[in-house]
Amino acid sequence: MTSDKRVLVIIPAYNEGETIGKVIAEVRAELPAYDVLVVDDGSTDDTAEVARAAGATVTVLPYNLGVGGARRLGYLYALRHQYDIAVQVDADGQHDPRNVSALVAALDEADLVIGARFAGEGSYSARGPRWWAMSLLSFVLSKMAGTKLTDTTSGFRACGRPLIAGYARWLPVEYLGDTIDTAVWAIRHGYTVRQVPVAMRARMAGTPSASPVKAAVYLFRSMITLLLALVRK
Amino acid sequence: MKLTVLTVIVGLLLLVVIFELLRRRQLREKYAVLWIAVGLSVVPLAVFPRGLDAVAGLIGVASGASLVLFLAVLLLLLICTHLSWEVSRLEEETRTLAEEIALVRTRLAELDSREISNDQR
Repeated sequence: MTSDKRVLVIIPAYNEGETIGKVIAEVRAELPAYDVLVVDDGSTDDTAEVARAAGATVTVLPYNLGVGGARRLGYLYALRHQYDIAVQVDADGQHDPRNVSALVAALDEADLVIGARFAGEGSYSARGPRWWAMSLLSFVLSKMAGTKLTDTTSGFRACGRPLIAGYARWLPVEYLGDTIDTAVWAIRHGYTVRQVPVAMRARMAGTPSASPVKAAVYLFRSMITLLLALVRK
Repeated sequence: MKLTVLTVIVGLLLLVVIFELLRRRQLREKYAVLWIAVGLSVVPLAVFPRGLDAVAGLIGVASGASLVLFLAVLLLLLICTHLSWEVSRLEEETRTLAEEIALVRTRLAELDSREISNDQR
């Protein structure tokens, strides 16, 4: 079905030396036919060396751009090397490589497939302002896309050639722009967006941001991002 | 009279600084033109502070000084906005360069390792 297509797994990483090796090993074990690209976003630790040792192609940004910047470079690499499909996976081990084939398979009927954490699988949950923000985002984007999108800020995604070309040129560097903005952009340009339920695992290292102040800031920033994405030319 | 001397000196100083920066190629012409225009219009006003009173009266502003103050704030706001825009553009340009450098370095590492394996053959 999709076995003849060239697939690139893009893993943006910033100081993920602790977990990146294990993530790459998992992806390569689960998906031996796929190429793995780690975009080192100006890390100060040994992320690049670990990733290279684990068998990934590594491209190193000379300074830290933020996750959106790293992702755009991933898409640019995919575009220049003429990959058919690009899959985004986070470097902290949250995304289970066993779900990647489901995402890629769903590309037969969609241009952008989002791995959604709240769609039944797994036990990921959010509360308070963060939950309000996510509900509002999924409500607005579901309406726009004409399909149920429950997790619009998920970085676990797959897309085909047209969106690879689009994102390589355009993907914003702003916080949350790389998730909300890219989904809105795809919908507004007439691409079909679908979601596939995935189970999220706990991060292998690091702590998720959970303070109420941060959650409120998150709500505010995501609303701004959504608003700008909606009125963008 | 004292005030006039002060304002004239400040206006002339501004012109000298801009000219000097231009001469040393520290300032792109597109910005210099703007500041020279500002300097040239401020110096006459420093000599004749009442010069704008007539214009101010025409558009309902009580005094020329208020008009100058208003225009100055407006100009500075516009310049700040312009600089923010310029910085955003520069960041986008450096981002593109950073991406290209990353890709070139990756390609170079690829070619290097290929060369090494050829040498070993």
